[in-house]
Amino acid sequence: MKPLKSLLLAGLVLASAASNAAVLKTDPARSSVAAVFKQMNVPVEAPFRSFTAQIDYDAAKPAASKASVEINTASFDIGDAMYNKEVAKKEWFNSAQFPKATFVSTAIAPAGAGKLNVSGKLTLKGKSANVTFPLTVKADGGKQVFEGQLPIKRLAFNIGEGEWKDTSMVADEVVIKFRITAAQ
Amino acid sequence: MRRYTLPAIVLHWLIAITIIGTFTLGLVMTDIPGITPTKLRYYNWHKWAGVTVLLLAALRLLWRLFNHPPQYADEMPAWQRGAAHGLHWLLYLLMFGVPVSGYLYSLAAGFPIVYFGVLELPVFISPDPALKVTLLAVHYWLNMLLAALVGLHVLAAFKHLLVDRDGVMQRMLPISIRKENP
Repeated sequence: MKPLKSLLLAGLVLASAASNAAVLKTDPARSSVAAVFKQMNVPVEAPFRSFTAQIDYDAAKPAASKASVEINTASFDIGDAMYNKEVAKKEWFNSAQFPKATFVSTAIAPAGAGKLNVSGKLTLKGKSANVTFPLTVKADGGKQVFEGQLPIKRLAFNIGEGEWKDTSMVADEVVIKFRITAAQ
Repeated sequence: MRRYTLPAIVLHWLIAITIIGTFTLGLVMTDIPGITPTKLRYYNWHKWAGVTVLLLAALRLLWRLFNHPPQYADEMPAWQRGAAHGLHWLLYLLMFGVPVSGYLYSLAAGFPIVYFGVLELPVFISPDPALKVTLLAVHYWLNMLLAALVGLHVLAAFKHLLVDRDGVMQRMLPISIRKENP
């Protein structure tokens, strides 16, 4: 029973590896996704501690690239347990009902040396929007680093409901800043 | 008896009011459970007020360095002059120590201070969870010490007004109260 199961699993892994030959192995320790926003004009940058990124990129065929990111919304870390509990609530991420925020690319176009223009679907708190943002690709010690910033409006995704809608308290503009490091 | 100069009196009372307000706001805001917009607003106001105390204290120290305060009453014993002098310097120390510890605590917690929501004040330490816990304790206990010393200061002032009736408190009152004896 057990050997058969592992054999099956190994077969599956091999099959998926074969069909996605160009998927890069990401290095979570050297990757980050953070949200940057202003609270009463005070700049705050807080990371999502848990996320996975899949990048299918070949420098020779950039237009054939694909990228998807899955973020655990409950892993948002403002550096204080009380804050972190608040942002997981219904008014903010509603992590109980919407545990994941996702981004799936629809088109990636080369835009000069080391630059790509990425279009795709961002889904946050059950709402989806088509977004486009620039991405840079750099080689760093045998690895590839993908970096970019995606500005969004939090209220378009109902992030901050009720009295938290007040943009003089928390600004509507939020920049999602990311850096994904992957093996060559 | 000679009174303090007008700048000294104005600074003393402005600082007194700002310290009492900031201290009270600190107690109120930390008592609000969870995170609410009101709580965040109070935290920001508390920080702005604390920075204001720091600025006023700097002005006051400058004044004090270049001006001699008026004489104590002649009949005041030496130990009381010594005690008053020591207490005043401790209060000066805490007028700086309390806001500075709060400023550093805010930086260690990862929140720079934006004075009145306009002017971002210098950030010279990066977020540090361990340092944050230490600085919170330091800020809290310096405040408790300040509250105790202010209590002592007020009691002593009223002793001079009501028991000794020596005119020492009148030196710092915003309006001149004439002594009854000619």
